Amino acid sequence: MTAAPHPALELREITAGYQRRAPVLRQVSLSVHEGEAVGLLGPSGCGKSTLAKVAALLHRPYAGTVRIGGEAARGWRHRAPRAQRTAVGVVFQQPRLAADPRLTLAALIAEPLRATVRAAEAAGRAAELAEAVGLGGDLLGRRPHEVSDGQLQRACLARALALRPRVLVCDEMTAMLDASTTAALVAVVEDYRRRSGAALLAVGHDRTLLERWCDRTVELDQQSGTRRCTAALRSAPRAPADTTAG
Amino acid sequence: MSRPSETFRPLLRVRELSVRFRTRGGRDIAAVSEVSFDLAAGECLALVGESGCGKSVLASALLGLLPANARTSGSALLHHPARDAAPGPAGQDRPLDLLAADEATLARTVRGRRVGLVPQSPAAHLTPVRTVGSQLAEIVRELKGLRGKELAEATLAAAARAAFPADHLDRCPHQLSGGLAQRAATALALVGDAPLLLADEPTTGLDRELVERTVDELRAHTDDGRGLLLITHDLPAAERVADRVAVMYAGRLVELAEAGPFFGAPGPRHPYADGLLAALPERDFVPVPGMPPELGDLPDGCAFAPRCARAGAECAQLPVPSDGVACHHPVTTGRSVSASGRREGSTA
Ligand code: SF4
Repeated sequence: MTAAPHPALELREITAGYQRRAPVLRQVSLSVHEGEAVGLLGPSGCGKSTLAKVAALLHRPYAGTVRIGGEAARGWRHRAPRAQRTAVGVVFQQPRLAADPRLTLAALIAEPLRATVRAAEAAGRAAELAEAVGLGGDLLGRRPHEVSDGQLQRACLARALALRPRVLVCDEMTAMLDASTTAALVAVVEDYRRRSGAALLAVGHDRTLLERWCDRTVELDQQSGTRRCTAALRSAPRAPADTTAG
Repeated sequence: MSRPSETFRPLLRVRELSVRFRTRGGRDIAAVSEVSFDLAAGECLALVGESGCGKSVLASALLGLLPANARTSGSALLHHPARDAAPGPAGQDRPLDLLAADEATLARTVRGRRVGLVPQSPAAHLTPVRTVGSQLAEIVRELKGLRGKELAEATLAAAARAAFPADHLDRCPHQLSGGLAQRAATALALVGDAPLLLADEPTTGLDRELVERTVDELRAHTDDGRGLLLITHDLPAAERVADRVAVMYAGRLVELAEAGPFFGAPGPRHPYADGLLAALPERDFVPVPGMPPELGDLPDGCAFAPRCARAGAECAQLPVPSDGVACHHPVTTGRSVSASGRREGSTA
């Protein structure tokens, strides 16, 4: 299908969950190629968010391999090697749970830059990111409780893009947001991907949205009668619509 | 405001409702400004808009749940449903002004009894460590004064009304799926048989299928003769069940329309409403440019002007709502001759 040597993100036979004897995912495999956008659909509770966390190296699976750019993941959460951790950017559904309430939006966006680049450079890059997500002036000096969910999610997206990830994982990024903010955030992601060639794994339950946004969608089925998800992934091609979103 | 008064007796009549917050810095936040609408029994009015537009503040104002630094003006008259009020002299139905009522009245006679709240996050609304059955029983006891066997029966009936399965009553909220937690919250809201239901973002975070089921269930309670104010940012959900749509922007109602023509042809008339619908992935998927203004720093004129492609010099003046739309240059494209007749029966 593609000439690229390795998928940007490869999940192989992932078994994961929160109780070893009753994993929510069993042997799920999924690849996202460089520049490709894959939408992962499924009902709530089917484990798609768990799969997103595994892909973002935030949740250690019981079995299976995660490869980022062909290289197998060697650790999880803060134990993940820095180069691997920063290769994946992640945005979650609830910005309020994902943002330190003490930080201003400017500091929040610059958070990942602190450890890597010099202060002056970080400030410039943070300003650039803020502009890309449409956050200006006054808002950047505010703390999370002083801004709306949509504004905070914009900041979280800017933070996820700060280290120029090769893979972006968006886990229900827009589930709490109105139609216009949703379209705006998707446009930011797509603009970044166009310039960087990054891969996208967008996890959600909104079929209309993911079919419009992504090149293909994959469905994580919840097998009737059981509480667990199976590896039954079905692919569907992209909706016949332009997804560039302006 | 929307129908001849002989046939249209509102359950809720909101007039010029404004809410201001005074911040510690002494700044005034105009969260809701001069909102007027009616809601009839058997009707579902969807209040839509982006987060921070003031729609949840409006809901809190109607329930008397605003924080202490809020000041309100205007009125929100809650009438008794027609079935309770004796037909007779107009004075018989003494409406209660929700904005003027004291906390004791609101707590004793309004919340849960005359206005049922279906909350935004049921999981947060329910007590996590107690079973749904015991929480439901407590409300039934409180609102209906029942005990013993009668209480148990009424509790089961209350669960059934919201299609909450009886065999899940012994579970705690965290053991429930999102859909069942929502039903549990709805069951609590329905216990008092309140004629007015206020649902504040009841579908946030639910799957599309569950969104549809939840709003369909709410709609069914409307069809039983209740009035439903559905506050949501989910336009497809609003389209599915609403009779009318109220679009809020920067604290003001900018459009109030029948749902059919609004979602279908000829479409919204306010440029913001038009942009909001166009942003849907099933439509153009193009955002409205820019972001909503700060409620603490609103312009004198139309608050949408900086984002509006139709803005002109007149827009420096606040547009006065007329025929359900507050705009100097409402959208007319796609409106043919038939547009003139489409608002039949709804005079502004
Ligand atoms: S009043 Fe003017 S600026 Fe406001 S929405 Fe209408 S055309 Fe646009």
